Amino acid sequence: MSRIDKYFKLNMNSATKQKTSGGCGCGSTSGTCKPQNQETAVKTTSCSCGSDSKSCRSHQEKSPISDEEFFKGAIDAAIGDERKKDGFDQVFDVKMDRRNAFKKLTASLLIGAGAVSSCTSIVSSNESKEKSQIDWEEQFKGNYKLMGDNEKKATVDRLVRSYQLRTGKNISMSSKNAEDDVLFGYAFNISKCQGYMDCVSACVEENNQDRNSQMQYIRIHEMKDGKGFNFNEADDNYYYEVPAEGHFYMGTQCFHCDNPPCVEVCPVQATWREDDGLVVVDYDWCVGCRYCMAACPYDGRRFNWSKPEVPEEEVNKTQHYLGNRMRKKGVVEKCTFCVQRSRAGENPACVEACPTGARVFGNLLDPDSTIRWVLENKKVFRLKEDLGTEPKFWYFID
Amino acid sequence: MRRFKVFKSLVKDSLNLITQGSKKYHLWMAFLTLTMLIGMYCYSIQLEEGLSVTGMTDRVSWGLYISNFTFLVGVAAAAVMLVMPTYVLNDIDFKQAVLIGEGIAVAALIMCLAFVVADMGGPAVLWHMFPGIGVFNFPNSMLTWDVIALNGYLFINISIPFYILFRHYQGKESKKKVYLPGALISVFWAVGIHLVTAFLYQGLQARPFWNNALLGPRFLASAFAAGPALIILVLAIIRSFTEFKIEDKTLKKIAMVVTVAAQINIIMLVSELFKEFYAPTHHSESAYYLFFGLEGKTALLPWIWTAISMNVFATFILTFHKLRNNLNILYGACTLLFIAIWIEKGFGLIVPGFIPGPYGKIAEYTPTGIEIGVTIGIWAMGAFVFTMLARIAIGIETGSLRYKKKC
Repeated sequence: MSRIDKYFKLNMNSATKQKTSGGCGCGSTSGTCKPQNQETAVKTTSCSCGSDSKSCRSHQEKSPISDEEFFKGAIDAAIGDERKKDGFDQVFDVKMDRRNAFKKLTASLLIGAGAVSSCTSIVSSNESKEKSQIDWEEQFKGNYKLMGDNEKKATVDRLVRSYQLRTGKNISMSSKNAEDDVLFGYAFNISKCQGYMDCVSACVEENNQDRNSQMQYIRIHEMKDGKGFNFNEADDNYYYEVPAEGHFYMGTQCFHCDNPPCVEVCPVQATWREDDGLVVVDYDWCVGCRYCMAACPYDGRRFNWSKPEVPEEEVNKTQHYLGNRMRKKGVVEKCTFCVQRSRAGENPACVEACPTGARVFGNLLDPDSTIRWVLENKKVFRLKEDLGTEPKFWYFID
Repeated sequence: MRRFKVFKSLVKDSLNLITQGSKKYHLWMAFLTLTMLIGMYCYSIQLEEGLSVTGMTDRVSWGLYISNFTFLVGVAAAAVMLVMPTYVLNDIDFKQAVLIGEGIAVAALIMCLAFVVADMGGPAVLWHMFPGIGVFNFPNSMLTWDVIALNGYLFINISIPFYILFRHYQGKESKKKVYLPGALISVFWAVGIHLVTAFLYQGLQARPFWNNALLGPRFLASAFAAGPALIILVLAIIRSFTEFKIEDKTLKKIAMVVTVAAQINIIMLVSELFKEFYAPTHHSESAYYLFFGLEGKTALLPWIWTAISMNVFATFILTFHKLRNNLNILYGACTLLFIAIWIEKGFGLIVPGFIPGPYGKIAEYTPTGIEIGVTIGIWAMGAFVFTMLARIAIGIETGSLRYKKKC
């Protein structure tokens, strides 16, 4: 953040090169293999995958079964006697070097609140007590960007438990950190896109966007042949059969700039660039001033003008804290290159959904990746390069 | 200990004073209270439903609230035009007016903060911004600079008048060496708050309409016209309703400040228009939208042309000594100028920054009733705060409010 030279070049070979490169020989496109020394909350068995990305993923992520076990245990604790650790202890037993005084204050207030609620309401069940405890701790937690791995895990566990208490359904939420030697990039083939918008609907389903306001991260601009890239005359809101005669299509979304203006302006650092290049938002830390929306030259950000709603049966339950978990009213959100998928070694939903193969995603630091091939062999360009934002989103034509 | 006692008595006397008054005073305060209540009701709806009850969208993500905020920062900064001559240059003619000017600054700053909070999506988590318990992204975010600038200016503008009034309340003269450093700081600080607020917009490469080196200076020029214009109008009202003596000479001197600032403002306007329309580029589209409309979308047209013509006409009147020295004409010109700059530096500045959008989409913005209700409520709150402050200040200055006077 303390770069003196604002107008800088994106250096793909050293941008996020980190101390140790993992001893893993997997050549898959999106850096699915984990270096052994990475300290995440997730346990890793040593990885020897040279195969496809899915199989590697299985032992990186916490499997849903162990989640369920945790839930059962938590319910036991709530209903039955004291177990070894309940949600409260899990949070407060963790060693935290930051914000200790504040935590203590929270704890004392919490005890007070607990005392009040237990003496006033005889009927209130343990569950509702736990729920209010979680709500309280969530309300006063810190910025995710500054959390240690334990704190990250604690808040994720709270959110999972809270969702379970409210809806009775289980979700899995990851707090997986950026991996070493990964820098995500994206390329868009203008020749191939036919404007089907499958990417848009896949994105909405994957990322649990508000259905009422029809929020969409991706916009597909329909342009007239022979007019060049004329955004002014383009239509990003068409409702007819595509591809329409005499038109071509171009998609925009968050470009995950390497020098993102939106990150600079945030007064509370609720949005930042992760080490793998993703520009993310902590929805719980955002104060909703919308300065980042004004600062974004690419129309990449969306605001929850009212409470976002997704029908329960449509909720995507594989979530990431920084990605598609449920948002609340009055916070900013945006495309995260589907962090819940990309960090698990999968392609973002838009890439997977595209029927024409116009979308390419991968690790810019991996010389064998498709995205690198595109950048090295195609005539690529980016939008508004003159602004010095260094988008990691390229366009090309066959 | 004695100071505490004096302070307690001051608070008591002040409360006594502001709760009593003529019928007109009570009617005025009742009207403001009612307006504030309506504003609060509107705000409660906004809290409940979210900002979707406003006219703002993802395409135009700032609207009436931020517009009024921007304008009021200028009004607050304008107090310096009275502070500097009085405290630093020892101009005796401004002495009576300066406390009123500072009162306006305090009220304007409180309104600014209220508008920012009203615009927030999550006012409940505003503590995220407090250094210590939250994360304060200083110095990267201009918004954090603005938070410091506004709160600092609010502190200065409360403490200096408070010190002076507190001394006068006890029948003592205020000591120059106590308030002069504060007054000097406030001179620079006033320029600072408005420049920093301009930088908030000026620093965004995404919005060519704002990303313009003249924005900051022009903010200052328009602020030093609109702010003192408001002070003249307020002084005129105070003169006719209270026994507080404000001489014609004072008003005329402030009018001089207004005139010069308005003239500079017009020169800068011409410079801006020349740049946008002599060799129009892609970046001039927002200006085209503002002044001529784009693709049949012309929502701001009547507003901006009203503002420009009022602005030019008022400046023209003010320029001639004969016209300006006629107080009734002066009041008219000040009213015109104030409204013109409110339009121009308010939504005439904020809304076109978003239109057309980053990809040329033209989505217009119209404030909703709830938004307007909250806005009017906040203005009423400002007037309410100012009325109370002004009555206390006038009470002390005219000598009717004195420590231990009654016993």
